[in-house]
Amino acid sequence: MNAIQYFERHPDEILQATFEHIWLVGIAMLIAAAVGVPLGILVARRPWLSKPILGTANVAETIPSLALFGFLLPVPWLGDRAARLAIAALALYALLPIIRNTAAGIASIDPAVREAARGMGMTPRQILFKVELPLSLSTVLAGVRVATVLTIGIATIAAAIGAGGLGEYIFRGLAMVNNSLILAGAIPAALLALAADFLLSVLERSLRPGR
Amino acid sequence: MRPDPETAAVIGFRGVHYALPGGQVLLRDINLAVQRGETLVLLGRSGAGKTTALKLINRLLEPTGGEVQVDGRTTLAWDPIALRRHIGYVIQEVGLFPHYTVGENVALVPRLEGKSTSRVRARVEELLALVGLDPARYLGRYPHELSGGQRQRVGVARALAADPPILLMDEPFGALDPLTRAEVREEFQALQKRLGKTIVIVTHDTGEALLLGTRIALFEAGEIRGVYSPREFLTSDEPVAAAYAEQLRRLEQFERGT
Repeated sequence: MNAIQYFERHPDEILQATFEHIWLVGIAMLIAAAVGVPLGILVARRPWLSKPILGTANVAETIPSLALFGFLLPVPWLGDRAARLAIAALALYALLPIIRNTAAGIASIDPAVREAARGMGMTPRQILFKVELPLSLSTVLAGVRVATVLTIGIATIAAAIGAGGLGEYIFRGLAMVNNSLILAGAIPAALLALAADFLLSVLERSLRPGR
Repeated sequence: MRPDPETAAVIGFRGVHYALPGGQVLLRDINLAVQRGETLVLLGRSGAGKTTALKLINRLLEPTGGEVQVDGRTTLAWDPIALRRHIGYVIQEVGLFPHYTVGENVALVPRLEGKSTSRVRARVEELLALVGLDPARYLGRYPHELSGGQRQRVGVARALAADPPILLMDEPFGALDPLTRAEVREEFQALQKRLGKTIVIVTHDTGEALLLGTRIALFEAGEIRGVYSPREFLTSDEPVAAAYAEQLRRLEQFERGT
């Protein structure tokens, strides 16, 4: 039985795993963006915080994903549910590109624009929300795109701790030495990554400010 | 103790020092009074402290010694946001917001002040016309669709939007090519007469200083060498002023071909 036949026979099951996968990645990305964008703004505002914050995010990035899932297992509340734990680990991975791009986006704004904004009597909050964030939105989104693609791949490993998603097929296939099963998980995961990359790049381009 | 609004200086520098955190002194004992309705030019070479002095007026910088007064009140006693909305600010690089249209750029401060949409719209159209841009054509354009001269005009319109009594301009015509520069400058002169604002302009161009200024404050190495009317400036025997005047005369001789 090849992968195509497997798809034909178990469409509902694969679709459900795909949705699980999207859900894991989606929630993780929301959390990562909610934490990463403010941290990125902080790094842009206080350059001395750049080393500790980016350094910590960098370290999280270097921990092998399987090990990270393992490390988080004993953490109270987080370790109670596999999906909860998987989402926390994925969000941690997604953090670095989001922080870095937010900081870079804000830092790349023409200093004259910021000076004009200050000189016109805009408050720091108005400068942030009306000038800095809109102007760096496409750069921030580029970070979200990189993080999403990365996370979709890593999320397959979440199946190892029983969090579900497309990784289930890959692990089952590995255990049973069945390539069709591996592909039944790997192909939808790859397509998902491509689709996310495409959609987010379209969004990114539409938000790029005119210069 | 309220100063008389008619005679008091609109902007006053009293023994102002400004030093960087590292200790480098950029301004030393600056004393200056700008009267209502006059155009004071801060003239000097790069690094002489002109821009620093200008930024002390709208509190983008704060003096490390002495005080700067606006409307008789030290800038440190002003709420910085209120102070800056009271003062129009134009810089050489213009700094238009690239994600806003011309109309939105000009409308920004009145909007922040909570003015009604219809009143803001009317004001924006009036201002664009004032700086010589047809509102119907330019209102919806983005800054990157404009030439340097047009951008500079939008910058002036934006600075005037909230009708501030004071206007600060830092090398406002510096980035323009000579022809556009002369053109925009002439229009600015006409505007200056109509609006009657108190204006402080920074420039390193002697000709521009003589053309636009009712008085000229000569900056050299962080100090003021003197404050002159254009006529006094040309005949001054203060060495730096004389050097500027001499350089200008030589340029004129060259232009006349003698």
